[in-house]
Amino acid sequence: MEVKKLEEIATNVRKNIIKMVYNAKSGHPGGSLSCTDILVCLYHEKMNLNLDEMGNRIDKFVLSKGHASPAYYAVLASKGFIPEEDLIGFRKVDSYLEGHPTNKINGIDVSSGSLGQGLSIANGMAISKKIDNKEGYVYCLLGDGEIEEGQIWEACMTANKYKLNNVIAFLDYNGLQIDGSIEDVKSVDNLKEKFEAFGWNVQEIDGHNFNEINNSIEKAKSSEKSNMIIAKTIKGKGVSYMENSVSWHGKAPNEEEYNIAIAELSK
Amino acid sequence: MKSTRKAYGEFLQEVGADKNIVVLDADLANATKTDMFRAQYPDRHIDVGIAEADLVGTACGIALTGKKVFASTFAIFMAGRAYDQVRNTAAYSNINVNLCATHAGVMVGEDGPTHQCIEDVALMNVIPNMKVLSPADDISTKKILNMCMNEKGPKYIRLGRSDVEYIYDDTYEFRLGGSHTFGDGKDGTIFAYGPTVSIALEAKNELKQKGINVRVVDLYSIKPIDKDTIIKCAKETEKLVSIEDHSVIGGVGSIIANILCEEYPKKLKKIGINDTFGKSGNAKEVYKYFGLTKENLVNKF
Repeated sequence: MEVKKLEEIATNVRKNIIKMVYNAKSGHPGGSLSCTDILVCLYHEKMNLNLDEMGNRIDKFVLSKGHASPAYYAVLASKGFIPEEDLIGFRKVDSYLEGHPTNKINGIDVSSGSLGQGLSIANGMAISKKIDNKEGYVYCLLGDGEIEEGQIWEACMTANKYKLNNVIAFLDYNGLQIDGSIEDVKSVDNLKEKFEAFGWNVQEIDGHNFNEINNSIEKAKSSEKSNMIIAKTIKGKGVSYMENSVSWHGKAPNEEEYNIAIAELSK
Repeated sequence: MKSTRKAYGEFLQEVGADKNIVVLDADLANATKTDMFRAQYPDRHIDVGIAEADLVGTACGIALTGKKVFASTFAIFMAGRAYDQVRNTAAYSNINVNLCATHAGVMVGEDGPTHQCIEDVALMNVIPNMKVLSPADDISTKKILNMCMNEKGPKYIRLGRSDVEYIYDDTYEFRLGGSHTFGDGKDGTIFAYGPTVSIALEAKNELKQKGINVRVVDLYSIKPIDKDTIIKCAKETEKLVSIEDHSVIGGVGSIIANILCEEYPKKLKKIGINDTFGKSGNAKEVYKYFGLTKENLVNKF
């Protein structure tokens, strides 16, 4: 698919993220907007979403940073898994679109939201493929603040032990978490070296550049190690007043802010 | 005599030829007895090391691809350390995974309070979608595990460290929400599960010699629980006693009390661990220390 087309889809996803969070009067716009391009590239360009004879998708995806549910739901809607008109129900009591992902939603394998758990689940899916000699990859999207959870590193060791080169994880490296910058909160620095020390193949890319996202996945597919793609992103990407602002981690825009956001995304 | 963890290891060996079965452990394979499976099927035994949160997550990931998964560690780590993974991943996503937790209760013995999980029934019972089972002996362990293997959703199977008496033979069947009643005495009912079933049966025999006829109910299915049998026993027998290697707070005694309170109000005497941590010592002596004994049961009638 042409980059221009992917960008169009991403813009529409971003509009839906803003609409969902605005209508729900709650949700997490910042970290949804930062990972949008990665999700769009995965679902519209890279992932094989066909089912195998066991009913499993050839390529699987686990959203470990479950609070990016607006981005996830909007992307699933863009692929037809969720009717787009249902997005408006996000976080409402009469809707199935819970605040964080659940596997009651078409296209979602597993719930998430309690941070730190997704990589282990992705590993499990990848181990199953290894046992059965099955094709396909397991993709996992992690938040940068999320890797402060110890389970992530437990999972890194497991992936290395079992040589899970069919795991391709993205780190949405927007640099911010609720209490401030990730450097200030927990000093999560030297990320590349950290993951390499755990036996992973690490790439660093611009998480808003479709060519780089695309190429990093192709490179990952020929790796003999588990793959961590550190994607430098901008929290709140696409909405000027949300960009690089910690205050938009988990806040909904008011009507004026909503109109500005939609206008900016419509340019 | 045989421990239920040993019975678990034997079960995994018996069914292990099924290539759809995957077994996981967290550096305790020798103790949980999954090493017996590993010896025969090393390619389908996954050891994630000392990482119980990762254990549950990895097990769930494998199970999500349609495999029959058994994951093991000690109860204190499965229900305690990995509670959030069990709750938010295994249970909320209603994943078909068998969480086989060994070394439950003060029966652990010498390792002491840090390793004696006396809260797991309470913790697992409160989670939606979760099913909780606690076999009492060799055959019930194997039959219950076989049932769990073909049952949807997450299951917590509570297993013990020490040897227990043989109670059942092959003619017994086990089902979710079931129980087994021994005898039809009208003087009282002893509700038990896991290792306290054989203690209850000993008490039943001794009471009989004194002319007191009690029945023993093995509530091996803790969730769902056999409500009808509990109410029936409350109606048909005089005194009600529960005995468990678990805290009396939130344990099966509490579950029975809740049912009685709503359906057939009646006094229940609960024997268990009384809001305190466990104790190091030989398992038998620890049971004596906490009153998990035939003598204590007999004295209640």
